[in-house]
Amino acid sequence: MLVIKDLHAGVGGKTILNGIDLTVNAGEVHAIMGPNGSGKSTLANVLAGRDTYKVTRGSVTYLGDDLLAMSPEERAWAGIFLAFQYPVEIPGVSNLYFLKTAMNALRKHRGEEELDAMDFLELVKKKVDLVQMDASFLQRAVNEGFSGGEKKRNEILQMAVLEPRLAILDETDSGLDIDALKIVAGGINAMRAPDRAMVVVTHYQRLLDHIVPDKVHVLAHGRIVKSGGKELALELEEKGYSWIEEQAGQQAVVGS
Amino acid sequence: MTDSSDSSTVKNVELRELAGQKYKYGWVTDIESDSAPPGLSEEIIRFISAKKDEPEFMLEWRLKAYRYWLTMKEPNWAFVHYPPIDYQKIIYYSAPGSKKGPESLDDVDPKLLETYEKLGIPLAEQKMLTGVAVDAVFDSVSVATTYKDKLNEMGIIFCPFSEAVREHPELIKKYLGSVVPTTDNFFAALNSAVFTDGSFVYIPKGVRCPMELSTYFRINAANTGQFERTLIIADAGAKVSYLEGCTAPMRDENQLHAAVVELVALDDASIKYSTVQNWYPGDENGVGGIFNFVTKRGRCQGRNSRISWTQVETGSAITWKYPSCILQGDNSVGEFYSVALTNNYQQADTGTKMIHIGKNTKSTIISKGISAGHGQNVYRGLVKILKSAEGARNYSQCDSLLLGDKCGAHTFPYIDVRNSAARMEHEASTSKIGEDQLFYCQQRGIAPEDAVSMIVNGFCKDVFRELPMEFAVEAQKLLEISLEGAVG
Repeated sequence: MLVIKDLHAGVGGKTILNGIDLTVNAGEVHAIMGPNGSGKSTLANVLAGRDTYKVTRGSVTYLGDDLLAMSPEERAWAGIFLAFQYPVEIPGVSNLYFLKTAMNALRKHRGEEELDAMDFLELVKKKVDLVQMDASFLQRAVNEGFSGGEKKRNEILQMAVLEPRLAILDETDSGLDIDALKIVAGGINAMRAPDRAMVVVTHYQRLLDHIVPDKVHVLAHGRIVKSGGKELALELEEKGYSWIEEQAGQQAVVGS
Repeated sequence: MTDSSDSSTVKNVELRELAGQKYKYGWVTDIESDSAPPGLSEEIIRFISAKKDEPEFMLEWRLKAYRYWLTMKEPNWAFVHYPPIDYQKIIYYSAPGSKKGPESLDDVDPKLLETYEKLGIPLAEQKMLTGVAVDAVFDSVSVATTYKDKLNEMGIIFCPFSEAVREHPELIKKYLGSVVPTTDNFFAALNSAVFTDGSFVYIPKGVRCPMELSTYFRINAANTGQFERTLIIADAGAKVSYLEGCTAPMRDENQLHAAVVELVALDDASIKYSTVQNWYPGDENGVGGIFNFVTKRGRCQGRNSRISWTQVETGSAITWKYPSCILQGDNSVGEFYSVALTNNYQQADTGTKMIHIGKNTKSTIISKGISAGHGQNVYRGLVKILKSAEGARNYSQCDSLLLGDKCGAHTFPYIDVRNSAARMEHEASTSKIGEDQLFYCQQRGIAPEDAVSMIVNGFCKDVFRELPMEFAVEAQKLLEISLEGAVG
């Protein structure tokens, strides 16, 4: 589904990603872990097409298409969803209206009929239960005055409604208490499907107690320095990122 | 006082590329004009007055205003820039060919009806089922008034201003100029001298007007100054909601519009005045467009009276407009809800004045300014609490939204409090549509233009909800049209 080759990218002239290679197949859940500043969020944003990040080398193929040639909305239409680390507030625009606009934009570009307000409301109400939110939540302005946990749950709600092919979750666990974490993880687990892939970006192992990944990759200095199964996350938890960074450092020395 | 300009470098190229939405209502209707020669003199004023079949007192009133105007200087304190206006080049009277007012829609020039059709003005009776009675002003003469009979039964007078001058001189004598005197300001004086038509509304004691009253103005003949005069009186316990909407055909020359609107609310009366202003703003290079220099003021004369202004200003090259309330009666309430949008090279200097005189008077000001392209948007407001205004309260909120890095937003709130018991609250904010917000929407599949329009509509929500339903929809559409291409 997603093939990343030798991806180099940066922001403001500073290189952050130094050659990422990653292949994600349909049905898989990949966890991207790494210390602060390792390039996790940059990778997520580059995949979603944020134009403040400039790709300097490499390629990304998504469902056979050149992803890097697509605008952010085209990527969304093609089924890519980014759960934001810092969801954005849009004052005066109701959550429901925002979601409906997004949903119908996707449907329109897929040649499907747009949903009317009634049908849409019915659909959303089912999804709201998934993240254990009150329906009144839908009438509030997008993320405005939401607590950190509410914002993250709102991202999962959007994901559940928009049903992406490839979901990228950027530190969705950060700032969540344990109850909220369980709800968010539950929402994500419910979304797992054979034709859907997920890339879960996280700093901490604890999210992976609830979402069991097929693969774990560790990012350091803009490169994937170690890949493995779910047990790699536990090893990291035990030994800390310095262990990986040391290894990466040695590799770099050997490599040069 | 805050003064801010956006300095982000977000997608300027895109902004410039997309800033190309053409004015939708740009055409000229070919109707034989019955015009005065250009220029202004006592002779021209006599010509206008004669054309209108006016009683002597009206002519005297005009001449007095004219003589005073001659002594006045054009104001220059507003934050707007334009080349000097040559008042001797303006044509002060222009009427469509027909001399007499039509008896029914059948007598109206079909071309006029076609024009209104294009504008989507519901003149046809069946369209009136929406509950809107229209007094359509085409250039300077009112061409049709509908639902008049129904209103007549209730004693409501809703007619062209010139008709009111002839048929209700006692009301005109009593109230004309009582809120905006002829000497008030340069443009009001000019209007008083040369106004050609407008609307007159009188709601008798205790009557609630059963429908929204509406007027559409349209400037047509080239080089025609448009000088509308509106007077609305709500007698004790009366209630009325008045809608004003405007569009104009495309012209290269700048056209001056200097209207005066006066509202009078007696004891327990309530007037709601809503405007959607969509005049030609000039092209993307700032050529052409309407100069909209308007004086709008309401007097809450009676106890417990209420006047509410709601405006959505998206048109005109230059807007100079401060719908105000004089809160004279005890417990009277004044409200001002405004959305002003400037795109390309538009300039707007707009706001309100709330003058608190009576006890326990209350005013609310909600202003939303949106600047895009090279647009300059100014909020200028005065809240004045006189010594007599025991227990007066004001709440002001002025928010500015910037799109792109070449526009500006400016806020000039003046506060003058003479009574120490007054309570004042003022909030202001300036924000820009951030790259964050746009990217968030795009990531959800919403194209940038749609995202901008959604964000802007959200920003204006507090004002839009004050508009009557059908107007709110139109206003949102208008913002969308005005902003298409202004992606920052």
